[in-house]
Amino acid sequence: MTAGAATPGAASGGGRDGLLRLDGVCRHFGRLQAVQDVSFGMREGELRAVIGPNGAGKTTFFNLITGFVPPTAGDIWFGGENIRDESVVRRVRRGIVRTFQITEIFPDLSVYENTRVAVETAAGLNGRAWLTSARRREVAERVDELLVTVALADKAHRLVGELAHGDQRVVEIALALAMNPRLLLLDEPTAGMGDRETEHMVELVRRLHAERGLSILFIEHDMGIVFGIAQRIMVLDQGRFLAEGTPDEISANEKVRAAYLGEAA
Amino acid sequence: MNASMTGSDAAVAGERSRAASPTAAPRRNLRAAGAVVFWLALVTLPLWLTHVGGYTALGTKILVYGIAALALNLLLGFTGGLSFGHAAWFGLGAYGAGMTLKYLAPSTPLAILVGTVVGGIAATVLGPLVMRRRGIYFAMITIAIGQLFYFIAVRWNNVTGGEDGLAGFERAPIHIGPWVYDVQNETKYYYLVLVCFAVAVVIMKLLLASPLGHTWVAIRENRRRLQFLGVRIDLYIWAAFAISGTLTALAGTLNAMLFNFTSPQDLHWILSGNFVIMCVLGGMRKFWGPLIGVAIFVVAQDYLSSVTDNWMTAIGMLFVLIVLLFPKGLLGMLGRRGKEAA
Repeated sequence: MTAGAATPGAASGGGRDGLLRLDGVCRHFGRLQAVQDVSFGMREGELRAVIGPNGAGKTTFFNLITGFVPPTAGDIWFGGENIRDESVVRRVRRGIVRTFQITEIFPDLSVYENTRVAVETAAGLNGRAWLTSARRREVAERVDELLVTVALADKAHRLVGELAHGDQRVVEIALALAMNPRLLLLDEPTAGMGDRETEHMVELVRRLHAERGLSILFIEHDMGIVFGIAQRIMVLDQGRFLAEGTPDEISANEKVRAAYLGEAA
Repeated sequence: MNASMTGSDAAVAGERSRAASPTAAPRRNLRAAGAVVFWLALVTLPLWLTHVGGYTALGTKILVYGIAALALNLLLGFTGGLSFGHAAWFGLGAYGAGMTLKYLAPSTPLAILVGTVVGGIAATVLGPLVMRRRGIYFAMITIAIGQLFYFIAVRWNNVTGGEDGLAGFERAPIHIGPWVYDVQNETKYYYLVLVCFAVAVVIMKLLLASPLGHTWVAIRENRRRLQFLGVRIDLYIWAAFAISGTLTALAGTLNAMLFNFTSPQDLHWILSGNFVIMCVLGGMRKFWGPLIGVAIFVVAQDYLSSVTDNWMTAIGMLFVLIVLLFPKGLLGMLGRRGKEAA
């Protein structure tokens, strides 16, 4: 199998001492090269988009960062440590938290109860059969705070399974935020949403980045959103790194136009 | 906890929860009133049950099976683990209590303690065998464990009494300082069981309101999502299994002393299945659902078995009807959700 010779420096951002860095990362499934020799770096506090045509390897790219699949070659650095061989759970504890393309929530529980499970998990309380009232108040305050942050406080006691799709995706974000992420990965946050819901989600992502300085990496198909809010954009095509840069640089990039934007026009 | 909460956020959150309270208050009052009526009815049960055609021991049996079914439901309804082997813990408790009284000492509290601890330890030790299994495999392994103890009880003749069951013991009066509480009296035994029932209920309610209980419900709802949050769900399924088994063993000890007898039937998978039926009849998503199921099951069994030998057929038909008409169980139909768990 091709071991994917590393080509450091091929991607911009590789040299910066950033939050996240991938060096020559490869992943193949049998003969399919889902991700080939991708190098990439991201700084703390960046809001960055990953784009690419269908089959570009975007979701595999996310799975590599979050540990759902191990790379067949290459290294993954987070906060200066090589996390290539670490499990999903270890990476969540480090602060690499993702949301899912297919909504993954606790459907028969209320918004409040969903968020509370995540808050208690983040605080390492799962095994506790008893909490002091002070501790319980801390949990309740944290849940309330998160629900205010994502603007779901008025729906706190609704069952999540009965909410509109857009609100369910927002609950996903609340669960992710409860884990105190250092890097939040959003897999198509607006997929399947109507205009109003999309607007609400975009506003939320922008606010999380602007007000909390949260580092966010997101996959998105809607180019309006990508070029509207991303500070930097990375383009994948057929598993390969194609380009990286500011929205202006990317929209001016001939290779990107040929591979991707041209296709849409 | 993360201290990133700002003052204005706190104020808004506080306002929201206050705004929600006016609608919640009447419901809370109704709930409190219901609880008072419920516990009053149980406390006064020996006074009125005979007037409606029952007898005190029937009430005792409902509470005993009630502990077992509520305990099973911690695992079944709240954690989402279908155990078809809970008779194992019930029977171990029963044999533990019976043997304590017969071979060790004529002490009712000791019998309760020994039986509960024996059943609890067995459930805790065997928990790792089931905690990683899912769905049907979980059910199959729990059946196998249950049947293991059944065959031990049948074969180990000279200690357990084999097929004939364990007899020759009786619950002993409880001495508290100069006081003697004579539980050989049926009504007094009822109150002892009621106290155990209340203790078990408080334990289960507290657990379900704790982070551990929240974790159980989340496992039932979506174990994958919980894993992705970094929770080692096996450990919490194990905890549910062990606690559920321990409380079921407590019920077993009380059952042995109710009849001053226990037999391999108390370990058999048919009893395990009956516990599951009781939970489903009453509603597994509600804390009190299983108790409703127990009441229906025990009363129907008591009444029908005096009328016909085929009482199980009638129970079976009732079960099918309820499952068809009320898929969430009888209590499940009253409200939309098991809010008691929150």
